[in-house]
Amino acid sequence: MIEVQDVYFTYPSGVEALKGIQLTIQNGEFVAVMGQNGAGKTTLVKHFNGLLKPSKGKVLIDGVETTKVSVASLARNVGFVFQNPDHQLFSETVEDEIAFALKNFGFKDTIVKRRITWALNLLGLAQYRKTSPFMLSGGERKRVALASVLAWNPKILILDEPTIGQDYQQKEKLRQFILQMKAQRKTVIIVTHDVEFVAECNPRVLLMREGKVTIDGEARKVLTNPEVLTQASIVPPQIAQIFLQLSDFGLPKNIIDVYEAHQILLKTLEKKAK
Amino acid sequence: MAIIETKDLTYTYPGSTKPSIRDVSIKIEKGEFTLITGPSGCGKTTLCRCFNGLIPHFYQGELRGEISVGRLNVAEQAIQELARHVGLVFQNPENQLFALSVEKDVAFGLENLGVPREEMRKRVDWALQLAGIYDLRERAPHELSGGQQQRAAIASVLAMQPEVIVLDEPTSFLDPLGAKKIFEVIYDLNKKLGLTIILVEHRLDLTAKYASHIIIMDDGKIVLDGEPHRILSSEETRLIGVGIPKATHLYHILKKDGAKLANTIPLSSDEMATLLKEAFEDR
Repeated sequence: MIEVQDVYFTYPSGVEALKGIQLTIQNGEFVAVMGQNGAGKTTLVKHFNGLLKPSKGKVLIDGVETTKVSVASLARNVGFVFQNPDHQLFSETVEDEIAFALKNFGFKDTIVKRRITWALNLLGLAQYRKTSPFMLSGGERKRVALASVLAWNPKILILDEPTIGQDYQQKEKLRQFILQMKAQRKTVIIVTHDVEFVAECNPRVLLMREGKVTIDGEARKVLTNPEVLTQASIVPPQIAQIFLQLSDFGLPKNIIDVYEAHQILLKTLEKKAK
Repeated sequence: MAIIETKDLTYTYPGSTKPSIRDVSIKIEKGEFTLITGPSGCGKTTLCRCFNGLIPHFYQGELRGEISVGRLNVAEQAIQELARHVGLVFQNPENQLFALSVEKDVAFGLENLGVPREEMRKRVDWALQLAGIYDLRERAPHELSGGQQQRAAIASVLAMQPEVIVLDEPTSFLDPLGAKKIFEVIYDLNKKLGLTIILVEHRLDLTAKYASHIIIMDDGKIVLDGEPHRILSSEETRLIGVGIPKATHLYHILKKDGAKLANTIPLSSDEMATLLKEAFEDR
């Protein structure tokens, strides 16, 4: 469980990035943190693995305050995948990259091998085992960074913009994987601008603005509220945009899923035909 | 007139055994807005690097086939000559920005071309304003957020006023409204100034509506090439992992189930909403 108690954070430059955040994330929750560039999203999630410590207030991970333990010991339970994979990757081969943290955590060689193979297969990277990460495309490097964190199987997983550079199939795999994590009562927190991905997953959405959480709710509610979204520089997902334009015809407004939209529209069109 | 033309273009990076692009033959006409998409790792970025001569002038490796830009043979032209014709906005803005201030970064290319000082001032301000970062002009690029850096990279290419602008996922770090604004700026440049735009993007939801030409790649090859409505109506598009816009997808599955909708394939939510309104109101 993650508990954030009245957290403020000011960068050394004087920029006040968080202004009184209060929230709880239970085990097994899937949360998307959304909002404008500079709203404080990345600053907030960096508090969850202790990379940043509050200037005021407390962050507790499973009841332990992040100021009382090292980032290294928090990392075992809280995995963090950065927005820009080049800030994370440094090894000569993809395999070494994934092995690095596993070895640091003291896993046995046989387990290290098995976990590497598992992570590479999961992310469709098996053919690049011996390749240098820097030979790969942007989207592939992003997946190597993800594989290197997934490999040690943290209880809480934080992904900063995981869908950047990913195609439709990769995003679908990521969605399936997040659902599996959820089923195992693991917590997944993503920071994202990708409204279409959020619309497909329907997680809990924390909408941030100027260092505060302004809305906290189910994606289908948050993403279908145009006034709130405009303030946060978010464009509603396409399906929501369609239904917002059809409200005169007595259709529901809070639809974000393409298959749900399909069912509703089929029925409505059939009725008209009669 | 084709402004970019390739014939059987094949390129292999040094140390690699497999070509990253294979037998690519495409024509991009002057004034087109071309969207290049396809699964991650399919060779999109590599192809972009050929357009401005980074391949073969900066990246070694083996290039076969032909490529010309504005009738210049890329392999024979000096890269600084090509830079007047083609500007490339990189996927990762950190690979592009290096000066001590945003303004200096934007002015750098113009200084190299020997543009007179007053003209330079004008073009730098124009580009900064278009990209929406005029207020940040004195800040150091490395202190900016990812999204702001992307705007700075776009401004530095805009200032050069090349005939062709190639953008490789230029808004991936921007919030959706910020991304939309940038796409609209690019679209405007295309419409008003007739600049040829080549955009690499996965998110067709956001971009398909601007395109007049779509090229879909898979495993280093061109698999579909043509007019957007035609390309996005093809079943193949979904099969190779290109996420077609949700509005287009919804249209296809409704049509499949026999829904009575007009036969114009929508590429945006507005177009789809209009089709549905027509179906509800009438008939």
